Amino acid sequence: MNCQVCNKNEATIHLTEITNGIRTEMHICERCAAKQEIVIKNQVPVNELLSNLLASQPSEQELLGQPDGKTSCPYCGFSLAQFNKEAVLGCPYDYEVFEHALLPLVKRAHDGRTFHCGKIPSKTPADARKQIELLSMRQKLDQAIRNEDYETAARLRDEIAKMQ
Amino acid sequence: MKLTDLSNDINEWFSGEGPLSDIVISSRIRLARNLAGHKFLSRCSNAEKSEILKKLKDVLMSLDLGDKVSYISVDKSPTLDKHFMVERYLISRNHAFSKGPRGVVIAHREFFTAMINEEDHLRLQVLKAGCQISQCAEQISHIDDMIEQQLGYAFNPRYGYLTACPTNLGTGIRVSVMLHLPALKMTGQMDRFINAARAMNLAVRGLFGEGTDAAGDFYQLSNQVTLGFSESDIVSQFENTIIPEIVEYENAARNQLLVKKRDILDDKISRAMALLKNAHLISSQEALFLLSHLRLGINIRERMGVSTPAIDRLCRQNPHDGDETNPQGLSIRTINQLFMLTLPAHLQINYGKPLDPAHRDALRAQIIRSALNRST
Repeated sequence: MNCQVCNKNEATIHLTEITNGIRTEMHICERCAAKQEIVIKNQVPVNELLSNLLASQPSEQELLGQPDGKTSCPYCGFSLAQFNKEAVLGCPYDYEVFEHALLPLVKRAHDGRTFHCGKIPSKTPADARKQIELLSMRQKLDQAIRNEDYETAARLRDEIAKMQ
Repeated sequence: MKLTDLSNDINEWFSGEGPLSDIVISSRIRLARNLAGHKFLSRCSNAEKSEILKKLKDVLMSLDLGDKVSYISVDKSPTLDKHFMVERYLISRNHAFSKGPRGVVIAHREFFTAMINEEDHLRLQVLKAGCQISQCAEQISHIDDMIEQQLGYAFNPRYGYLTACPTNLGTGIRVSVMLHLPALKMTGQMDRFINAARAMNLAVRGLFGEGTDAAGDFYQLSNQVTLGFSESDIVSQFENTIIPEIVEYENAARNQLLVKKRDILDDKISRAMALLKNAHLISSQEALFLLSHLRLGINIRERMGVSTPAIDRLCRQNPHDGDETNPQGLSIRTINQLFMLTLPAHLQINYGKPLDPAHRDALRAQIIRSALNRST
């Protein structure tokens, strides 16, 4: 949703104020919040609140835009700044090192899906294969329930029970 | 194998045969894979790229595919050869013109190619005529298994097959069909089609992929999502939902043309025939569009069992005197040959040396004139 103030940036801060039983909501972007110097009741300025929020959940914008000297892949030396430029990664391990930053991109590219549920290499040992198949079936089950496809969900639930 | 062994005819997936081939020209499936224990190509030195190339080349050349295979070193190929391979869908434009040690393994019947060191270490491709998506899927999966018996792929349980670009993660599968949609275009419905495709997370591209135009009313339709679905989900969605709907829409549009715009249809076909039979200079782009009209005419007659005066003349069979003067007539195979063999690099490879655009346009016109004046 767009920021209610500038109507341009995406609203990343959602403030809910309940005063005298009346609830007001504000959806605002970081820039406008800082500009407005909104101060909330407990005297923590919003920009401080912001930095606390951001410290725990860095936005993809921030991570990708600012090459962090510390964050480069120990196997191939790749950094997110390079991904920003080239749109390709440096090695398979990058998916673990930069998972936090890549996950939103993967989600967007694959219509919200983030779990593999297709073919598994045939050389995968039998027990690992079973684990992976179970994981992927559980994922499909969740998806079916979200889509309200209860017939498929029931079928998957039975198959999972059989496999365990 | 020399490229001139291939250049004189069309490949089997462009034969004009196969299910639904009046609309679905061909089906293609591509798999993206990377070897475990190596960096992705963007971080590889030329030495590491050469090591990957050798490993993959050795394994691919040893596979039993029921056909002879040859290896072509793309980085060492002359420019014209590269253009030729792109025209023939043996390699992508990206593979032809990027840098570093890279090659392609080609089955002589051209139903299978494997690009080594394109965007990923390995890009397998299987092509078939008409709508044969599940057959492509079965074959490519089998080839993938054979390769994997000898080499390890980069894979993780959460994200599947790991690819250089996150857009190919998971199955690494790209299902693609080449469609001929002249009636949707002539009835002004292309924008609706493109929007509908995009809404289904399908990419619509021109003849030669990203950034190319829809020459000759050909469109390539492919999936964009590769993660979170199984390979059979994606294949089945294409075969059971997407293709049948598109075929229905194009056929409805063809009917619409016959019922409401028969004169326009006949005019387009007749003019195309007249130009192709007589022009002395013709560009590739123009030839593709005119051939598209002829293709539509022949398919209307052969697949819908309907004819018009212009189509009769086209196929050289006049229903009124019931006399088949030329039973061979003009076939889709001939149209496809004229399509492919007059593409710029094909022309020059077959001629034996490079030609400038003006000479190409003249040679193209000459080849088309002799083919059309002979068969009609």
